[in-house]
Amino acid sequence: MDLAELYQLLGTTLRLATPLLFACLAGLFSERAGIFDIGLEGKMLAAAFASAAVGAYAGLPPLADPFPGQLSGWGLGWPAALLAVLAGIGASVLMALLHGFASITLRGNQLISGVAINFLAAGATVLIGVTLFNLGGQTPNLPDVSRFKEITLPLAETLRGIPLVGPFYADVISGQNLLVYVGLATVPLTWWILFRTRFGLRLRAVGENPGAVDTAGINVARQRYAAVILCGVLCGLGGCYLSMATAAAGFGDEMTAGRGFIALAALIFAKWRPWYALSACLLFGLLEAISAKYQSLDIGLFEIPVQFMQALPYILTVVILAGFVGKAIPPKAGGVPYVKER
Amino acid sequence: MNILKTLVGAAALLGSATLALADGHADFKPAVIFDLGGKFDRSFNQASFEGATRFSEEFDVEFREFEIQSDAQREQALRRFAEQGNNPIVVAGFAYGSAMETVAAEFPDTSFAIIDMVVDLPNVRSVVFNEHEGSFLVGMMAAMKSETGKVGFVGGMDIPLIRKFACGYVQGVKAANPDAEVFQNMTGTTGAAWNDPVKGGELAKGQMDQGADVVYHAAGGTGRGVLQAAADAGKLGIGVDSNQNYLHPGNVLTSMLKRVDVAVYNAFKDSMEGNFTAGFSVLGLAEDGVGYAVDENNETLISEDMMKAVEDAKAKIISGDIKVHNYMDDNSCPAS
Repeated sequence: MDLAELYQLLGTTLRLATPLLFACLAGLFSERAGIFDIGLEGKMLAAAFASAAVGAYAGLPPLADPFPGQLSGWGLGWPAALLAVLAGIGASVLMALLHGFASITLRGNQLISGVAINFLAAGATVLIGVTLFNLGGQTPNLPDVSRFKEITLPLAETLRGIPLVGPFYADVISGQNLLVYVGLATVPLTWWILFRTRFGLRLRAVGENPGAVDTAGINVARQRYAAVILCGVLCGLGGCYLSMATAAAGFGDEMTAGRGFIALAALIFAKWRPWYALSACLLFGLLEAISAKYQSLDIGLFEIPVQFMQALPYILTVVILAGFVGKAIPPKAGGVPYVKER
Repeated sequence: MNILKTLVGAAALLGSATLALADGHADFKPAVIFDLGGKFDRSFNQASFEGATRFSEEFDVEFREFEIQSDAQREQALRRFAEQGNNPIVVAGFAYGSAMETVAAEFPDTSFAIIDMVVDLPNVRSVVFNEHEGSFLVGMMAAMKSETGKVGFVGGMDIPLIRKFACGYVQGVKAANPDAEVFQNMTGTTGAAWNDPVKGGELAKGQMDQGADVVYHAAGGTGRGVLQAAADAGKLGIGVDSNQNYLHPGNVLTSMLKRVDVAVYNAFKDSMEGNFTAGFSVLGLAEDGVGYAVDENNETLISEDMMKAVEDAKAKIISGDIKVHNYMDDNSCPAS
C-alpha cells in the first residue's frame, strides 16, 4: 500500500465518518441531559427524506409536460439547498420534539419512545415518498443546485509539493463537501457549549442530578427540551448529509442503513465526551472504508472472506462494548423521567 | 302492461348483453405483480409495467396490477390474484421464488410466469435472461472507451446472478482489450445492498481513484449512487436493466438492457392465444431479450468503430462463434 492509496482510504474514512459524527454528537447532547435516544436512526432517516424531497421540488426545473413519475419542480437556484437543509432539520426536530414530549412531559419510557421514532420514520418516509413521487419510496435524483459538492480548499495544489503533509492536505483535508467541514467544526463547538458555557453546565447537571438543578431554580423540563432540540438539529444535518452530500443524491428507503445505531455505539465507546466521539466515529468510518476497499484481504496464509470484512464494524462494536474501553458510565439520571413532587 | 313487459324484456336483454360482454372479457384476465421497487422505479419494475401496458394497448385487454409494499405481501398478493381468477399471473423478481412455489402448487389450473428465477412446476414459466451476453457487449464498449485501460464494476448483493453480470462484463472487457484491468466490488451480502446508494457512490469513487474511467453497475437502487459518482467526477457510468442513459446525459456510456417488458408481453400474448408453455425460457441476444441502449443521450459517446465492433460481436455470439461463459453454469469465472 503506497501513500496515495492510504490517503484515499483516509478521505473515504472522513466521508463515511461524518454522518456518524453528526448522529453521535446529537446523541451526546440528548443523553448528557438525561434523555436516552435510540431514535437517532429514525431522525436521520426522516431528515434525509425531507431534505431530498424538498431538494427535488425546489431544485428540479419546471416542466411543461411531465410523463408519469417525472417531477416538475420549482427550479430555484442556491436557495434550493438551503430550503432542503431547513426541511431536513425541521423534520428531525419534529421527531425529536415527539420523543421529548413522550419522555419529558409524559414521563414515558425513553427506549420505547425511541424505538417508536425509528419505526415511524421507516414507515412514514416510504409512504409519503410513494405518494409524492411514485418511485417506490425513492425521490428523484437531486439536481446539482440542491447538493453539496466537493470544495477544493485554497492552496491545495500549491502545497502538494511538500512531502507527506502536502498530499495529505490536498487529498484528505481538501476536496470534501461543506458538511464534512461543518461536522468537524461541530466537535469543538460541542465541547465549548458543554464545558465552557452556563447552558452546558446546566445541561450536564440535569443529566446527573436534576433534583439539584431544580432546587437551584432552573427549569429541568425546559433544559431537557433544549437538549432534545439540539439533538434534532444535529441528526437533521446527518440526514441531509446522507441525501444531499453523498453520491446517493436523493432518498432511498432505509438509506441510513444502521448508521444511527453505530453512532450510538460510538457514543458509548467515547464515554459521552465530544473529542472521543470524533475519534470513535473516525475509527468506525475507517473500518467501513477498509471493508469497502479491500473486499477480501489476502494475508498470505489464507484469505479473509468479504463477509468478515463487512461484519468487522459490528464485531468491533461488540468487542469494544464488552469491556475493552473500561467502564462506560452513562449520565446518572439518564433514562429517568424527572418528577418534581411525589 | 305491454309497455312494461317490453321494457322489462329490453332491460333483461340489455342486462344479459352486458353480462355476456363482461364474460367475454372476464375469460382472459392477465395480471402482473411488481416487486418492492414500485412500478415507476425506472428500472426492472417499470419495464414489466411497460410490457403489460403495450400488450393492453395492442389487444385492448385490461390487465390487473399490484404493487407490494412489504415482503410479507408476496404470497398474499399472489394467492389473492389467483383466487380471483386472474390468468396468467406474471411476477417480476427473484424474491418471489418461494411464494410462487407455494401458490402455484395450490392453483394448478392457473398459468404463472416468474422472471429472473426458476420455479420447477408444471404451470409455471420461468423466464431468465442471458445477462452475461449483454454484459459482454457493454464490457467491450467500456474497454474501447476507457482511456486509462482501467474499468470498474459495482454489484449489488453478492449472489450468483450478479456474478453472472460481472463475469460477462469482464470477458467483454478482455475481448476488446486483453491488457485492461477490471476493479470489481460488491456492495454487500444482504438485501440492504440493493438500496445503499451512499456506499455505491463510495465504491465507484474508490475505483475511479484507482484509475477507472468507466464504471458498470448491476446494483438496483445502489446504482444511482454509482452513476451519480461517475457523473460528478466527469467519468462514465453504465446503467443496467432498463435504459438509464437519460439519468446523466453525456455521462452514461450506455445501459445493459434486460427486456423484462418482452417477457411480460410474451407471457400475456401466449396465454391469450392459448400457446402458454410452462418451463424454462431463456431470453438472450438472439431473442432480443438483452442488449444495449443507444439514444440521443449517449450517441455522441459511441464512435463508429465501437458500434461496429459491438455489432460484430453480437452477431458472433448469436451465431455461436463467440462463447460467453455463464457464471451460473459452474459458479466460477474464467476471466477476472
